[in-house]
Amino acid sequence: MTYFARKFGFFLATLWAVVTLNFLIPRLQPGDPAEIMVKRMAGKDAALDQAQVEAMRAMLGTPTDSLWHQYISYLGELIHGNFGLSYTYYPFPVTEVIAQAFWWTVVLVTIAQVLSFVGGVVLGAYAAWRRNSRFDSVVTLGSTFLGTLQPFWIGLLLLYVFGYSLGWFPTSGGYEEATPGWNWPFIQEAVSHAFLPALALLIVTPIGWILGMRNTMIMNLGEDYIRLAKAKGLPDRDVALKYAARNALLPSVTGFALALGGVLGGAILVETVFDYPGMGRLMGEAVEQKDYPLLQALMLLTTVGVLLANLVADLLYGVLDPRARRAEG
Amino acid sequence: MTTSPVPTPGEDFMSAGEPGQELAVEQVNDVETPDQWWQVIWSSKKARVGVIVLAVYVLVAIFAPLIAPHDPLDGSFEPLAGPSSTNWLGTTTSGQDIASQLIYGSRISLLVGLFGGLFATVIATVIGLISGYAEGSLLDDGLSFITNVFLVIPVFPLIITLVAYSEVRGLWLIVGVVSITSWAGAARAKRSQIITLRNRDFVTAAKFSGEGTWRIVFREIMPNMSSLVLASFVGAATGAIAAEAGLAALGLGDSRNVSWGTMLYQSNAQGAIAQGLWLWVFAPGLVLAILMTATTFINFGVDLLSNPHLREDA
Repeated sequence: MTYFARKFGFFLATLWAVVTLNFLIPRLQPGDPAEIMVKRMAGKDAALDQAQVEAMRAMLGTPTDSLWHQYISYLGELIHGNFGLSYTYYPFPVTEVIAQAFWWTVVLVTIAQVLSFVGGVVLGAYAAWRRNSRFDSVVTLGSTFLGTLQPFWIGLLLLYVFGYSLGWFPTSGGYEEATPGWNWPFIQEAVSHAFLPALALLIVTPIGWILGMRNTMIMNLGEDYIRLAKAKGLPDRDVALKYAARNALLPSVTGFALALGGVLGGAILVETVFDYPGMGRLMGEAVEQKDYPLLQALMLLTTVGVLLANLVADLLYGVLDPRARRAEG
Repeated sequence: MTTSPVPTPGEDFMSAGEPGQELAVEQVNDVETPDQWWQVIWSSKKARVGVIVLAVYVLVAIFAPLIAPHDPLDGSFEPLAGPSSTNWLGTTTSGQDIASQLIYGSRISLLVGLFGGLFATVIATVIGLISGYAEGSLLDDGLSFITNVFLVIPVFPLIITLVAYSEVRGLWLIVGVVSITSWAGAARAKRSQIITLRNRDFVTAAKFSGEGTWRIVFREIMPNMSSLVLASFVGAATGAIAAEAGLAALGLGDSRNVSWGTMLYQSNAQGAIAQGLWLWVFAPGLVLAILMTATTFINFGVDLLSNPHLREDA
């Protein structure tokens, strides 16, 4: 059980580190952060709006207090789910603004991540099995090139070709007229709006899975147990799928959560390009509008999401591979 | 970086042998003389392509003022012009020459790649080596924890948040932010590598001869990991180039310079796609992708250094 306890301990410690980092970032600059931020939002010459400064203080704490007191009150606000008010969507609290965008991104990123994982692992395993074949080199080289493309650039191209030129897909937004909810017209609209952004994310991400899977699988194929399986006369299919691929899949499980961070990063720009109503576009907006409370909350939320995914992957890995539980124990 | 990763005893005088002798012991020599590191990299077809492409980019960046037909920020041309002999790739909405912007943009990407990669590699090497050499100690626990935290924090949102707070968004800020956020993976790889090396005989010998820890780690052990260091530099440089492009495309770039990312930001902000100005969007993304493919290909060659099993593939 120590493996699971340790992973959970690491999760809590990382969570604390991230929360603290989020506290420190706005305070890295000299001066009264609240006044500086309000000034920056209003423009250099504008007079300070005392109410806005107060609102900012609510998020940042009173600067006259010691850093320690600020930290304590920051943690207190956080526990009560109070992230301050958004400036772009004043007077709505940041949490409400994010709640509107949350599911859009979760669905988009989950689809992109799962499809790229499955596709990448399958292609990588087959490339390793047919190592040095034409299929192998096409997949390896092709995914290397595709992997270096920028998702938002692919998004722009897709938008140009399928959105504007061919008109097959809508060019912006998340849905048209249907009422959001579990009804057929809305789902149809949501899918057609999400198709291009998801594709933009999908084209880029499988490279890690393909190369990782291919390399571990090649290593596994050189092991004695594979030779034994072949010598026993097992069909190739069984050796490839039930022996080599199954073992080679393990390292990819931990990679799954780490890759999620990359996909979320890509989603920021892709959602901005497609004007997709998710958290990524919100983050782009927060940057442009200098909406710091919104930006901070999004950053924290994204990080905690990746941390949670990481915890799940770690725990799952412990269940799947008994060696992991023993090795580090 | 002058020797191959695992130097075998006698490598130096064998390779310095006279031509006549080499002929006589050709068979033996083939086995005992490892290729020089650049030969190994060059032996990979992919890496060769990568090196050549990168060289072209470097030349273009250095000689940008000679190659570019116009000043990239000169807005005196007719806006939205199509490709012509004066404006090879047409002009932007504010009448700037797209081809010249593209040529000058290579400077930013290469500078960010070079220095971002360099700083990230230095951080990763120092932290990874110290932490691995002190494996099991409190110092290692602390450094490993920091490494793991940076490994799980999604890099791009963190970079955006850090850059969004700063008033001046110069090149060096971007380089700095990118390097302090993207060293973790490389540090972990180096930590596990040094753990396998630190109990070798030559390290024990160095300890007994009274060498200091710092010297043992960085002068005795590190040269044996040079291929890993090189690989992480190339990887970090690729990541830094991508991060700069992403930041600039979001409008967080250095506004005084033209980079491919700022070109994408401008074209998107001006609605280039909706107006059918596809060249303005297409060109910067493509040159960026080709550069990043080149550096990734180079890393295929560098991988051959550290993993001889892969050499038969090349």
